[in-house]
Amino acid sequence: MKTYILPALKLTVILIVILAGVYPLIIAGIGKFTPGHGDGETVQYKGRTVGYALIGQKFTKDEYFWSRPSAVDYKADASGGSNKGPTNPDYLHKDVQGRIDTFLKHNPTVKKEQIPAELVTASGSGLDPDLSPAGAKIQVARVAKARGLSEQQVSTLVDAHIEKPLLGVFGPEKVNVLKLNIALDELKK
Amino acid sequence: MNTELLGVIFTYLLTLAIAIVLGKHIARVFKGEKNWLDFMSPVERFIFRFSGIDTKREMNWKQHLYALLTINSIWLIYAFVCLISQAHLPLNPDGNPNQTPDLAFNTAISFLTNTNMQDYSGESLATYFTQHFVFMFLHFASAATGIAALLVVFRALKDKVTDKLGNFWDYFVKSITRILLPISFVIAVILAFNGMPTSYKGKDTVIGMQGDTVHVSRGPVAAMVAIKHLGTNGGGWFGANSAHPLENPNYLTNTTELVAQLIIPIALVFALGFYLNKKKFSYVIYGVMTVGTLLFLLPTIAAEVQGNPAIAKLGVSQTTGAMEGKEVRFGPLNTAYWCIMTTVTSTGSTNSMHDSAMPISGAMMMMGMMVNAFYGGCGVGFLNFYIFIIIAVFISGLMVGRTPEFFGRKIEAREMKIASLIALLHPFIILVGTALSSYVLVHFPNANWSVKPSAWLNNPGYHGFSEMLYQYSSAAANNGSGFAGLTANNLFWNISTGIVMILGRFLPIIGPVAIAGILANKKFVPESAGTLKSDTSTFGIMIYAVIIIIAALAFFPALALGPIAEHFSLK
Repeated sequence: MKTYILPALKLTVILIVILAGVYPLIIAGIGKFTPGHGDGETVQYKGRTVGYALIGQKFTKDEYFWSRPSAVDYKADASGGSNKGPTNPDYLHKDVQGRIDTFLKHNPTVKKEQIPAELVTASGSGLDPDLSPAGAKIQVARVAKARGLSEQQVSTLVDAHIEKPLLGVFGPEKVNVLKLNIALDELKK
Repeated sequence: MNTELLGVIFTYLLTLAIAIVLGKHIARVFKGEKNWLDFMSPVERFIFRFSGIDTKREMNWKQHLYALLTINSIWLIYAFVCLISQAHLPLNPDGNPNQTPDLAFNTAISFLTNTNMQDYSGESLATYFTQHFVFMFLHFASAATGIAALLVVFRALKDKVTDKLGNFWDYFVKSITRILLPISFVIAVILAFNGMPTSYKGKDTVIGMQGDTVHVSRGPVAAMVAIKHLGTNGGGWFGANSAHPLENPNYLTNTTELVAQLIIPIALVFALGFYLNKKKFSYVIYGVMTVGTLLFLLPTIAAEVQGNPAIAKLGVSQTTGAMEGKEVRFGPLNTAYWCIMTTVTSTGSTNSMHDSAMPISGAMMMMGMMVNAFYGGCGVGFLNFYIFIIIAVFISGLMVGRTPEFFGRKIEAREMKIASLIALLHPFIILVGTALSSYVLVHFPNANWSVKPSAWLNNPGYHGFSEMLYQYSSAAANNGSGFAGLTANNLFWNISTGIVMILGRFLPIIGPVAIAGILANKKFVPESAGTLKSDTSTFGIMIYAVIIIIAALAFFPALALGPIAEHFSLK
């Protein structure tokens, strides 16, 4: 057995040093040159950090575009989804139905069949930073009214924030909610 | 054509192109030919000299297995000790506690076996030390173990080999220095430049636009996420795995992670052809695997893009498909593709919550794991497939009334016994596990445990049963994804899936290596007119039939009680 145990032990030690020590340190060094310097990119507004560019946050006030529902209440140190199955009656008739009712109450001009499902279903991470263009557009009337802006103005702002698919051809279009809402606040002045 | 579909087609074609090139490279490395990573040889020489290993010493199949099992045992003990003492080890900026012994037992086995089932959440029950020095180290080590075991089989398939099947340490170390580490490096750099954190700073606290205080978990994520996919591991940094925006920031990183988790399983199939100079044989295998995967993929895409009929009944618009548990930046079509690719390979990383997928998708994902040989894990995917090949050869031999031969060796009772045992082991451990948990749930719902069995499931009815079936399928296939609604961090689940994972890992490595070793020792029979041709589409269909019969017959009743029943209750 000595023929195997000793080399195996030594090999384990040297590989741990290389793979868990040296390799990630080099990556961390390279990471210094990335946009967020390896710490994650933050977003500033009025001289203070208001969030991370990639991490969705809670928006529930009428004057902001709402983020998608989150099963973890946008806690960025406890990510996760609802893990509710598609036929779960509690989920369908309490969670989803409840969100539909809330949405209709705050958006009286919207008809039920216009609400995109993403606005009444929880995201996978609970931290989804994006909406689809349809998910943002459906909220334009509410936001415009709450802020005393014209719908045209808000709608143009949404259009300007639609991020195209990768290279223009791969994947879905999306709108970053945090960036859109900051742009809204800036519009006011 | 819409951009979501284009994205998926592009991702697959890119995967295939890279896999072919990589397959050629892998064959060159292990034939000892010149390759572009020869600059790594001083590093390898240093590693071997430090460890006192003589790579010239060739091993027979038993010695290979001794080496493999010895070093894996060392890692198991090392991982367990680190996890139960992580609070006192360095690199713990968030002050996370130790894992309990049963959780550490499950987690150590999980990473050792390339499963990466995570009963814990990375943000709260792991430290930067255990993430890197245990999990990421085992990401490399377990993937290289699988590749090294496969190389023993490759070597044994070569003409006129007898006892000498190369050196295990040589295969193992070169799998890391010539395949896993250089490619991981490239991937990690791509991920870092797309916003994935790389620094060792702990949690940050920010106040959001509406005034809410948010704690943001971070860490050196990029290095680990690269090998997490490349090594078909799947154990991620954050609880939400690759659905988390910092673990998968955008469509480009998503594509990168998708490509990474498929290239080695596919490349190894091509590598076999280049290594043995039997390219047609690898095309047949690749064809069977690809057709099998497509048949899982298409229904899944259809179900997810169409959306949930039960939500349609509530009256909202589902133009963007079923969105529960999914992220906007990937979309339902790409998410469906990920669901299947992560379950046919043994990756098990997730960019959505599988528990919330449509019942048909759930069935397809489970079948991916039940077959466990379409592409499969790093090295072990082909080892599982090899078992099906042996069975197919044997049945074909019986059908034409000749002694079955494979690559010039007669397949006889001993090899068939091993192959049958391994083929039956997989359904056995999945179904026995599911039956046991169902029994406990029904008969002892209020047992006085830390989590009562009645509180295990997050969903009632058929879907609840699916949660348990999925968990054991995932454990046995060393996949690691989960229907995460299941409350798995408790004694019953930690221990039972731990045992299933270890059986589902090492027996399917020992079996094929033993068969290949025994066959290599037999007299070589040159090909004749009566030899069964292994590189024809007829033989491909034969293998496919064997796989479907074994998987369908064994698992159909269980699937009928879970996802199939749920599907029909949706109407």
